[in-house]
Amino acid sequence: MSDASINNTTQTGQYEAGFGDYYALLKPRVMSLVVFTALVGLLVAPVSVHPVVALASILFIALGGGASGALNMWWDADIDRKMKRTQSRPIPSGKVTEGEALGLGVALSGIAVVMLALAANMMAGALLAFTIFFYVVIYTMWLKRWTPQNIVIGGAAGAFPPMIGWAVATGGVSIESILMFALTLAWTPPHFWALALFTKGDYANAGVPMLTVTHGRKATRAHILGYTFALAAVALALGLTSIGGPIYMVIAVVLNVMFIKGAYDVWHRTDDDSDADQHKAERGLFKLSLAYLFLHYGALLVEASLKPFGMGGW
Amino acid sequence: MAIRAEHEIHQRRLGRNVGLGLVLIGFVALVYFLTIAKVTSPKPNTLPASEQTQ
Repeated sequence: MSDASINNTTQTGQYEAGFGDYYALLKPRVMSLVVFTALVGLLVAPVSVHPVVALASILFIALGGGASGALNMWWDADIDRKMKRTQSRPIPSGKVTEGEALGLGVALSGIAVVMLALAANMMAGALLAFTIFFYVVIYTMWLKRWTPQNIVIGGAAGAFPPMIGWAVATGGVSIESILMFALTLAWTPPHFWALALFTKGDYANAGVPMLTVTHGRKATRAHILGYTFALAAVALALGLTSIGGPIYMVIAVVLNVMFIKGAYDVWHRTDDDSDADQHKAERGLFKLSLAYLFLHYGALLVEASLKPFGMGGW
Repeated sequence: MAIRAEHEIHQRRLGRNVGLGLVLIGFVALVYFLTIAKVTSPKPNTLPASEQTQ
């Protein structure tokens, strides 16, 4: 590029992407959930990990999650431009080009997977690679625009981090890590569908088959209740494993009774009821879902942190 | 047109370049400390089989 062409570029007022714009491609809010659940998976495992190895592993898991977010934004740039919620993302807002997002996503995916395999073990690296593949290819490219169960598929991708954290410590997969995966997997549909019931999403315009649009709001309410029962079963089963304990169990029972009650209330009412009180029950269930996941993983962490003192666990 | 040592692109991309620089420095530091941790941590069952029996 010549000196003159650089001047031309600036004179046309073309936006120069800053560091923050590239960082926004990594979906920092999603990364925070990835970091938290992966950290819990790592810390509750029965094998201790060197703090530096643990820190590096969590960073590379977060980086892999961020990279898959960038690849998701690259592929979904067309629908992001059509939906109000996503129009301010770096690509639709014109801050970053699609090619840059693709390059960043591919490069960071490679770095994250290789570095996690080197820092921790091959199993952790392989699980991270599969997570990125699952989120980008299976969910984003294939199923997101094809099935109204897309939230369930996307939830599976978001459920892998605690399994990866567990694999960092143990080098394998076990019933505990599978149930932690299942907890986030079963939690995602009621969480997102509760949100979909009180936000006027423009998914239909973008050609994304959301359950509220394809099967109607009544069917969505029934789906929420169904997944909530599955979620409660998984949450209680997790409490019976080696990483559970009385503290976790008490918290899980209370939260799941509240969640089933909330899901029942959402299922039991009509859209007219919902409109009349500004979707009070749906909003309440969504808020509860945020605390639900945080408190379940937090309780697992409390059980693990009490074990060195002869407490915690069964 | 002569290329000046200081061009406006340097100012324009300062934030991006400083950010990337810090990330790279952080990455080097992380790999350094990771190496130290890996080398100094005792790893059971990693000795050759002949030495494990001794």
